[in-house]
Amino acid sequence: MLIKTKHLLNILLLVFCFPLAASETATSSINLREGVTDISHQVYDLHMTIFYICCVIGLVVFGVMIYSMIFHRKSRGAKAANFHESLKVEIAWTVVPFVILIGMAIPATKTLIAMEDADESDLTIIVTGSQWKWHYEYQGHDIDFYSLLATPEQQRSGQWIKGDTYLLDVDRPLILPINKKVRFLMTSDDVIHSWWVPDFAVKKDANPGFINEAWTKINEVGTYRGQCAELCGKDHGFMPVVVEAVSEADFENWLLSEKDKILQAKAEEQKWLAMNMSKDELMLEGQQVYTAYCAACHQANGQGLPGAFPALLGSPYVTGPVDKHIEIVLNGKSGTSMQAFAKQLSLKQIAAVVTYERNAWGQNSGDLIQPKDVNQIVKSGL
Amino acid sequence: METSLPTHSDNHAAHHGPAKGIKRWLFTTNHKDIGTLYLWFAFIMFLTGGAMAMVIRAELFQPGLQIVEPHFFNQMTTVHGLIMVFGAVMPAFTGLANWLIPLMIGAPDMALPRMNNLSFWILPFAFLILLMSLFMEGGGPAFGWTFYAPLSTTYSGDSTALFVFSVHIMGISSIMGAINVIVTIFNMRAPGMTWMKLPLFVWTWFITAYLLIAVMPVLAGAVTMVLTDKYFGTSFFSAAGGGDPVLFQHIFWFFGHPEVYIMILPAFGIISAIVPTFSRKKLFGYSSMVYATASIAFLSFIVWAHHMFTTGMPVAAELFFMYCTMLISVPTGVKVFNWVATMWRGSISFEVPMMFAIAFIILFTFGGFSGLMLAITPVDFQYHDTYFVVAHFHYVLVTGAIFSLIAATYYWLPKWTGVMYDNKLAKWHFWCSLISVNVLFFPMHFVGLAGMPRRIPDYSIQFADWNQIISLGGFAFGLSQLIFLALLIKACRKKGEPVPAKVWDGAEGLEWDLPSPTPYHTFSTPPKIK
Ligand code: HEM
Ligand SMILES: [Cu+2]
Repeated sequence: MLIKTKHLLNILLLVFCFPLAASETATSSINLREGVTDISHQVYDLHMTIFYICCVIGLVVFGVMIYSMIFHRKSRGAKAANFHESLKVEIAWTVVPFVILIGMAIPATKTLIAMEDADESDLTIIVTGSQWKWHYEYQGHDIDFYSLLATPEQQRSGQWIKGDTYLLDVDRPLILPINKKVRFLMTSDDVIHSWWVPDFAVKKDANPGFINEAWTKINEVGTYRGQCAELCGKDHGFMPVVVEAVSEADFENWLLSEKDKILQAKAEEQKWLAMNMSKDELMLEGQQVYTAYCAACHQANGQGLPGAFPALLGSPYVTGPVDKHIEIVLNGKSGTSMQAFAKQLSLKQIAAVVTYERNAWGQNSGDLIQPKDVNQIVKSGL
Repeated sequence: METSLPTHSDNHAAHHGPAKGIKRWLFTTNHKDIGTLYLWFAFIMFLTGGAMAMVIRAELFQPGLQIVEPHFFNQMTTVHGLIMVFGAVMPAFTGLANWLIPLMIGAPDMALPRMNNLSFWILPFAFLILLMSLFMEGGGPAFGWTFYAPLSTTYSGDSTALFVFSVHIMGISSIMGAINVIVTIFNMRAPGMTWMKLPLFVWTWFITAYLLIAVMPVLAGAVTMVLTDKYFGTSFFSAAGGGDPVLFQHIFWFFGHPEVYIMILPAFGIISAIVPTFSRKKLFGYSSMVYATASIAFLSFIVWAHHMFTTGMPVAAELFFMYCTMLISVPTGVKVFNWVATMWRGSISFEVPMMFAIAFIILFTFGGFSGLMLAITPVDFQYHDTYFVVAHFHYVLVTGAIFSLIAATYYWLPKWTGVMYDNKLAKWHFWCSLISVNVLFFPMHFVGLAGMPRRIPDYSIQFADWNQIISLGGFAFGLSQLIFLALLIKACRKKGEPVPAKVWDGAEGLEWDLPSPTPYHTFSTPPKIK
């Protein structure tokens, strides 16, 4: 039976050593990270405190237990004592843990109240989850964009080597200033998602039809990665969060350049409305859009997942009148996972992807849809 | 407890022996037969749910998508959870209740034997429906065992109707089982078996049965609302129609938290029987154990929202649920302290049931520690929906509930079959399980803290090393249970040394005065209890 006790000791050692090893680096592979905000440091301290309390209780309880396993063994000739029921002991082991818990509850309450106080913020970001991407809107700045997983499909399927930020890369990170109190308003377009950045100790559910509040104040410039934390369907594992924290000056510059870009894009769109794109152009862009936005459900081969997501190949929307096709892409279909892409994609992108869906997978219908065709449908308010 | 048994021989029982063949099992109203059915059913479900866990661990063995599609992966995690909770742990405890409660209180059978038959025989259909839904077009349920709306309503597949139906059947079965336990304990105790003489297993099951009756209807309500939201145009959980998706979580966890105690209170009863036997010493504080169980049951109704700290509750509610959750660890601690005090200055021997019981005490306490950490709301924001939670509930449920079930099986199996189990196999089973279960679940704390969300089919490469180790532990734990299967088959074929009536020299309780194997009918005349 010595082996037994040895094994127990090993377990104990393992438990007690890991925080020590862990506290060396900022991002540990076995412990919570301290993060880059005052709150996240407090959370980390609470975590370590409660952990050490557990260690001490564990040492005492398991110590007594292992002692009696070694010394009160029948094979050693131990005779059983006859004591039981002792009010004193029982009161002690009820009251002592209670007092420890009160000691723990006080700092926890303080931190919690601070975390829930999002008043007097300098900047508000509206975070909207949808299957399976995040949308960020800078309130009062006319800036908004989607942020999608950028890890190439080939890395997921194992054809390419996986990068260091495998599954934690997005096409457009959320840019935030440091040293400013940033308030997040969370909501969702479909199911419940949960926006989580471990380095900020912010995790808040994005509930459809309701708005939740959270806030952070980042102390250090850097790139911080997180993921959706609430099961939100098939690609729940593939909607990362990336925040790039920049200095306040850089943030102001970024805002300006972003506004510039938006104006340019608008002008560009006018240009496209007057033009006719070639089939090759449309198909090339269409394929890119399809892969990024549509393939998660309808699959790269257009055959969908029977029973879950319908096939496009052979679908009446794709083989029938163009207008209906454009319309469902623009407005989605309520009560299903089919989203409205009108605010996610430009006219040109929608034209391209509709063209692609009608000509890919060996269909070659020859239909070419131009940005202006899409614009007409938008205008007619279908 | 001193007893004097009716010494009349079993020729009476011989007249009413079991029927022959399959009919014995289909039509039986005998609490021992029904107990056996429940236990085998639970074990088969344990292996089925285990097979799904193997699929999950195989996919997570390395980063990237190798074996299954994400949609199927979600079906596996969902059905694994449902099967283990409703198909393995709960029926196994009901099986033990059937076998043991009448023997422990000196009753000839359960109070409602025909209902007993029904409550078992609807179960296989419930799980058949659930399992068959996996083969539908679009697959089975894929929204997690917690089936949060609207993922389970607007955005779910058509198997949802089958899921709802099967959960209803499981619920009906549980409620009937609970009614039976309560009525039996109230009415069928032998004369002199007063409340404060009841073995703790009977006490804990008594309280558990009340929890079941209180919360299974809530679960039934939740699935019904999911059904009507999805198919009949109601909007309980849809903001567009004036509902609220978070309402679903309140309803689910109002069921769900008592449910986790439904799965652990009978385990406390088992451990409280085994530890005194092999310490050859009375349980340290019988009455404080009863009170601790009752207070855990009470508190379990007012902590549910600790599963929902990130849903955006008012800070006052968060504080209330944090304090209550912290409070629940006090009576839980009382239990653990009691077992340790029972071992203290005992005369301990390490038979296999005791080995599992000791492993239970230590490893369940690990789960209690992580539970206490999770109770601290500001830190729970970091832990929530990561592998840290997965580690927590597997420590309390696998090394807690399941280990207690295994310990109970080793403890009472010789009494049931009349032969000692194969001790060598049993030791192999113990050591393989103990080591592999920790390789499997301990590193989950690490990856969870390092930031790995739960319920994902693929993960970033920083988690790769630990996940490989976890998967290896998982495969080893799965294989170890096949040793148990072999041992059980051997014992049921009565291969082994015959055992005396009192299988364990330190054991106390009415069941140990009955001959081994237990006759088909027992206590036709009530025992005298002094
Ligand atoms: C000291 C006692 C315990 C405390 C303080 C405690 C606390 C908690 C907390 C706060 C959570 C929520 C974590 C999160 O999702 O963020 C949780 C989850 C859970 N606990 Fe416990 N717990 C305790 C004991 C138990 C026991 C005895 C069981 C079952 C036998 C159990 C089963 C579970 C399960 C199944 C979940 C996760 C459910 C899910 O999200 O799928 N816990 N626990
Ligand atoms: Cu709970």
